Amino acid sequence: MLEALLYFVQQMLNGLTIGSTYALIAIGYTMVYGIIGMINFAHGEIYMIGTYISFVVIAGLTMLGIEYIPILLLCALVVAMIVSSSFGWAIERTAYRPLRGANRLIPLISAIGMSIFLQNYVVLAQGARDVAIPPLITGGWSFGTSNFEMTLSYMQAIIFIVTFICMYALSQFIAKSRMGRACRAVAEDLKMASLLGINTNRVISATFVIGAALAAVAGLLLGLYYGVANPHIGFIAGLKAFTAAVLGGIGSIPGAMLGGLILGVTESFTAGYFSSEYKDVVSFSLLVLILLFKPTGLLGKPDVEKI
Amino acid sequence: MKKNLNHALFTALITFIVSFPLLGLNLVPSGTFLTIDPADAGQFVYIFGAVILVFVFQLFRDQIMATLGHIPRPTLPETMHLSNLPQEKRSRFENWFTLTIVAFALVWPFLVSRGSIDLATLVLIYVMLGLGLNIVVGLAGLLDLGYVAFYAVGAYSYALLSEYLGMSFWLALPIGGLMAALFGFILGFPVLRLRGDYLAIVTLGFGEIIRILLNNLTELTGGPNGIGGIPKPTLFGMEFGRRVKEEGNTLFHDVFGIAYDSSYKVIFLYILALLLVLFTIFVIRRLVRMPVGRAWEALREDEIACRSLGLNRTAIKLSAFTIGAAFAGFAGCFFAARQGFISPESFTFIESAIILAIVVLGGMGSQMGVILAAIAMTVLPELAREFQEYRMLMFGLMMVLMMIWRPQGLLPAKRPHLELSDVK
Repeated sequence: MLEALLYFVQQMLNGLTIGSTYALIAIGYTMVYGIIGMINFAHGEIYMIGTYISFVVIAGLTMLGIEYIPILLLCALVVAMIVSSSFGWAIERTAYRPLRGANRLIPLISAIGMSIFLQNYVVLAQGARDVAIPPLITGGWSFGTSNFEMTLSYMQAIIFIVTFICMYALSQFIAKSRMGRACRAVAEDLKMASLLGINTNRVISATFVIGAALAAVAGLLLGLYYGVANPHIGFIAGLKAFTAAVLGGIGSIPGAMLGGLILGVTESFTAGYFSSEYKDVVSFSLLVLILLFKPTGLLGKPDVEKI
Repeated sequence: MKKNLNHALFTALITFIVSFPLLGLNLVPSGTFLTIDPADAGQFVYIFGAVILVFVFQLFRDQIMATLGHIPRPTLPETMHLSNLPQEKRSRFENWFTLTIVAFALVWPFLVSRGSIDLATLVLIYVMLGLGLNIVVGLAGLLDLGYVAFYAVGAYSYALLSEYLGMSFWLALPIGGLMAALFGFILGFPVLRLRGDYLAIVTLGFGEIIRILLNNLTELTGGPNGIGGIPKPTLFGMEFGRRVKEEGNTLFHDVFGIAYDSSYKVIFLYILALLLVLFTIFVIRRLVRMPVGRAWEALREDEIACRSLGLNRTAIKLSAFTIGAAFAGFAGCFFAARQGFISPESFTFIESAIILAIVVLGGMGSQMGVILAAIAMTVLPELAREFQEYRMLMFGLMMVLMMIWRPQGLLPAKRPHLELSDVK
């Protein structure tokens, strides 16, 4: 009985770990969608680039003889965020801004092209094979009986803490800062906001940059959690995160957080109780079901059709 | 000038950040550790060259754009201004044009090498897929990112039917199409009530689900190993191999009393693909002129107007989805027969992206455009073989540049319409 309970809690913890990183990536999708109504297909690749950059930084600093883990993590975090944000900015500038105002399909195709481009850019630069990083943070807290031991690893704890800090900082930023207010205004009505003197282009750039920075955080955390990366991890992670964003109601930031957690927990329970091969099938089916019964997602605003 | 300088410095910095850590510092595993190996000097020259180029361009952007502004943008020639000809003459011209093209396509394989015919067959498969997706995306305006799933359903239908029931290609072809249509119907039924973007992501998810299922139902589909030894199509019971593989069949070269040549098979597959494509074009051309086709386009243009005119939007969308899926099923069936081996590898998202790119590149809703785009998308990468490793990079870049340069596609569809003439 106790074992079953511990097993359940363990799956829950694993799910929340993955889910919180999905939520970090999903915010990028949901913010961009909320403002310009476009699926930023290349967002998953930014997450992948974040993982690579943090690996580069950690490997580089270790070679220089710096082994104090908090410094390694902090440097990796900062550099990965800067580089990913630059990618986010550059992508918006080159591939999406020239297409502002075109038919909805056009930026989507451009985004798919960008995603393919970035993936192959990393393949050419770093090779197509897996790169593995030795575990940086090991150990954890264990509870339980001799039959089954539940562990909360330090890495998982770090993921929870960092995600929580990021989410808190983001919600404060959106709620309090000038740029955050501008973001909300533009999401509400782009044309009106620009009439009122908000530099919408800057707001859109800022959205891409914020989303990319959060994706980089997710890249670092998941990279260390799994310990491997390859240039193709971005696609499936992006798909999951987008699913999370839609699940929670696209355009809504709390929705993305909720959607990410639900998705992560669903996956982890499917893997733990059923079969890990079918966890993606179950999460996509969940998406279809939610959309059927609540087409705007869990926390999305209903879409009023105006004639 | 000062503003330009600031901007130039900023973009140069971004270029550096974007290129240096990934291109300049290579991750190399050494034992259990991960180390960094700086790239060779040439790489750094490229990186700094790019940074300086971006800097100079942004600094003198106004001047450069002013100079470039005088050079006319590349435009495609208007297709001989057909629209200026009177209706009767135009349709006669079009008929002759089509006949010539078809005749040429039929004669052509006898004059060229095996490799080119093989490539042409591949092009024709993509033409079929593009035309099928064109119904869904171009005509009905439904964004389907998981089209490859129906292609996979068609391919696996034939592979499984021939493996377990020994069914021939000709019997499996309609069944494959029907199976794909059935899947389209089942998927479409719940999701077509969703708005466009949700539809995109659900179809994308569906494509992944199909691929994962094919990968994991190992007993049935062979999992990642795929299914091999799929028989090639026969011509009225005549096989194109050297020896008869199946009881009761004859051999093509025996019947006609000619020497065996492996190129007969290739040419036969090519002509089969051509016929399938012609059939597809014919059916779609008719459909577009039928009420259902008109309804597709009307729904794409204005959903609310359609509903107020009493059109059942779910039924219309569903018909587009199902018919589009059926053509993917045909293409999949043919693909399985041509390859002789299929595995989930062939049905990844990138295929969906390529097919979608064909539709958009060709000009949504335009059949001629889709055909041209399919040729361009398949033949160009083949020609750029020396740049094999840069192929996908160029592909992605081309998609972005094409969307910026010509978002309406190569040959945008021209619909009969009335316009108020300019009062001069």
